[in-house]
Amino acid sequence: MAKKQLVVIGNGMAGARTVEEILQRGGAEQFDITMFGEEPTGNYNRILLSNVLNGSYKEDEIFLNPLSWYEENNIRLHTGKKASGLLRRARLVYGEDGQPEAYDKLIIATGSRAFIPPMEGTTMADGSLKPGVFVFRTLEDCRQIADWAKGKQTAAVIGGGLLGLEAARGLQNFGLDVSIVHLAGHLMPQQLDATAGAMLKTSMEKLGMKVLLNKNTAAILGADRVLGLRFADGGTLECDMVIISAGIKANWEIAAGCGLTVERGIVVDDQMRCPDDPDIYAVGECAQHRGHVYGLVAPLWEQAKVLADHITGKNTKAAYHGSKVATKLKVMGVEVASMGIVDPQTPDDEVVQFSEPKRGTYKKLIIRDGRLVGGILLGDISKAAYLIQTFDRNTPLPEERLHLLFDIGDPPKQVTFAEIGANAQVCNCNGVSKGAIVACVNSGKRNAKAVMDATRAGMGCGSCKSMVTEIVQWACGGETEEDPSVHYYVPGVPLTKPELIRAIQERNLRSVSAVFDYLAGGKEDAASKPGLASLLKTLWKGEYEDEKDARFINERVHANIQKDGTFSVVPQMPGGITSPAQLRQIAFVAEKYHVPLVKLTGGQRIDLLGIRKDDLPKVWHDLDMPSGYAYGKSYRTCKSCVGSDFCRFGLGDSISLALKIENEFQGFDSPHKMKLATAGCPRNCSEAMVKDLGAVAVEGGKWEIYIGGAAGSSVRKGDILCIVDSHEDVLKYMGRFIQYYRENAKYLERTHGFVTRVGMDQIRAVVVEDSEGIGERLDREIAESKAAYQDPWKGAWLPANENQFASVLPVLS
Amino acid sequence: MQARITQQMTRTKLGPVSNIPPGEGRVYCVDGENIAVFHTRSGAVYAVQALCPHRGGPLADGLVGGTTLICPLHAWKFDLTTGEALFGDCGLKTFPVHIDDDEHMIVLDGK
Repeated sequence: MAKKQLVVIGNGMAGARTVEEILQRGGAEQFDITMFGEEPTGNYNRILLSNVLNGSYKEDEIFLNPLSWYEENNIRLHTGKKASGLLRRARLVYGEDGQPEAYDKLIIATGSRAFIPPMEGTTMADGSLKPGVFVFRTLEDCRQIADWAKGKQTAAVIGGGLLGLEAARGLQNFGLDVSIVHLAGHLMPQQLDATAGAMLKTSMEKLGMKVLLNKNTAAILGADRVLGLRFADGGTLECDMVIISAGIKANWEIAAGCGLTVERGIVVDDQMRCPDDPDIYAVGECAQHRGHVYGLVAPLWEQAKVLADHITGKNTKAAYHGSKVATKLKVMGVEVASMGIVDPQTPDDEVVQFSEPKRGTYKKLIIRDGRLVGGILLGDISKAAYLIQTFDRNTPLPEERLHLLFDIGDPPKQVTFAEIGANAQVCNCNGVSKGAIVACVNSGKRNAKAVMDATRAGMGCGSCKSMVTEIVQWACGGETEEDPSVHYYVPGVPLTKPELIRAIQERNLRSVSAVFDYLAGGKEDAASKPGLASLLKTLWKGEYEDEKDARFINERVHANIQKDGTFSVVPQMPGGITSPAQLRQIAFVAEKYHVPLVKLTGGQRIDLLGIRKDDLPKVWHDLDMPSGYAYGKSYRTCKSCVGSDFCRFGLGDSISLALKIENEFQGFDSPHKMKLATAGCPRNCSEAMVKDLGAVAVEGGKWEIYIGGAAGSSVRKGDILCIVDSHEDVLKYMGRFIQYYRENAKYLERTHGFVTRVGMDQIRAVVVEDSEGIGERLDREIAESKAAYQDPWKGAWLPANENQFASVLPVLS
Repeated sequence: MQARITQQMTRTKLGPVSNIPPGEGRVYCVDGENIAVFHTRSGAVYAVQALCPHRGGPLADGLVGGTTLICPLHAWKFDLTTGEALFGDCGLKTFPVHIDDDEHMIVLDGK
């Protein structure tokens, strides 16, 4: 099949990026590609122009696509040639020289140009800018500004927006006195509120700039070159040069000239196509999508992907839904980051702010429905990466708002990942360095999950997962590819947890192999098995069809595997309460089976370590105690302090509460382990406030119920779910939370991760206030799970199969 | 003649397939060497070295899905058909093994 002709008008970041995306999707086999570029060079990173001006980058360092790239990819590039006409009926694009190019598909990526507000004396008679007047959009502008600035004394920048401030800072490097002339009442009005704008003004003035606000420039003075400015209020300012940076204007003329719909930009649909002509697309700063014209690079990247998916037919359903805009100011010595709206818009918008004008620090967040809708950071932007990501993904915010603004109690966070050495260990469990993560990204793994699978970073205790994710994003330059499987409950079944539960119930699937057969096309995935087994047991309880091979070895043999292949045995001992008779029995077993190590656990129990698999049933039989579940992704135990019987401070009976809790929830499968504790007073000797669930007695016969605490690889104080009057209510609300967690958490998500992800407001609403009307159902599920409980050690002399515990089988012949 | 005897001696009847529940593995000791044998849910059998090359994890206690094996200690992953490491930097020794049609016995073809 003959290749189609693809013509791209514009060779800036949007045009070239879109072509790259098309090539990545095998576009070279479908299209002969021709590009028009008004500038004489290949594509360069326009964002870094202010860095070229201030001297921190050389010109050749900002090129993204050198001319050789076009050759290598067989792209015909017309450099230094503007496309001047478009004939849609004939499908022809004309260059300035009158030469036509035929197209089957056309992409308009003409970008934008500087907006020049009406001012007297801006141009000469021939329409060119007056000598000394510049705009700041291209590499050529940059060169001319640098040439002119040599030997001059003073400069004025018209426009106190992001680009204007960066240009002003760049001019200072030429030894000029720089004044910023701004029409509005505060700097960077798109990104800052008035308070932040005022503080930014002070910061800029400290850098030696003059900032004039509320100044409307009426005229540029000087007959044949710039001598100064005259303002509408009659005042004047002498200067040797002027940079106009008063906003941008989309280059839509070529589209308007042939009847395509144009408003502030070229109007496109969700596939980046012009609604009037299915063969013409527009992308980048010239395009207008759902009323928005974006002047930043991040939206452009998203648009380019959708366009490429659609034009190559790779994914004709790909759709662009608009972008959330976040920016950072790149001015040495002044740190500014901003996202979303700058002031609250509804009475319910929550504003969290911190202001320290003396040090130039200001932080303000606008929160709606528990999610970030706007933010300003000035002076200290160490939390910017986290906040921008949270904003961009619309993830729920943690209850504790203070941590959004500051790193408190955590080790000081690196400002950027560039500062961390390549050898620095990121994952301490699996010994993965930053360098290894970056190398993995460079080898083509473009999302956190793929990198974690390949390097095992974050796959140990999991506490470094968020850091690994951030490093992957940093290494990808912010363009990670979303892996849909991160939303699945287990990687091998392409369904989220609610979808999976629905499918399991509708089809009455009671075993792991049935789930693979019906929901994963018969394809077994080893790593997905334990998660599915856990969920099926939670859903079907006694009706669950147990397939031993789906269980991790610990749950297959009801003991915890050790590094040498032996196992540890921990009998049940709720509240840490034991008796002389029990201790004698344990001592007897330890001696009989030559147990190499007897140790007290963190959960107030006794651990017999180093037991051979073959001996497990005999050990259980001789112990004659129930399993303590110290091996399972399940309810583990509930420890306790002495409580009110003996302790002179005790306010509540924590021991008998611990026994009731154990009796209620013992053996429950759950997404991850659950460790509990009860404390008889707020001295918290049993550490109940940092357990997955805890109950703490307080004065007045009440109990505080804590959830989401952690004191393992993560350390977190739990949140108070509610305060109740009786042991029965502790059991009731703990049970409701446990069931809600079992039904909604991802596999291997501890309660602290679940609580921060879902948010306390939501959990409290469902569990305590019964906002979804499921309270009674949750109670019932708990009662059914309890009724289905069977002590696995009791079956010691009735193994699931005859060699369940055999470490080596005899050979026949 | 001598060669044929050696050939015969290396064939070992391990035991009935029903010894190994579907999806699980068991260890057999053949001439003093431990070998992990797996019986997948699709009915195939595979034999590999008993200990993980990483830290000596007991592979027969691992998880099997399709022809992928995951070590129970640190989740190194292997392809049972080739012994190739899917995660980890060292693969497994594999042994030819089949199910005898008449007796439903697992037979190790050689070491």
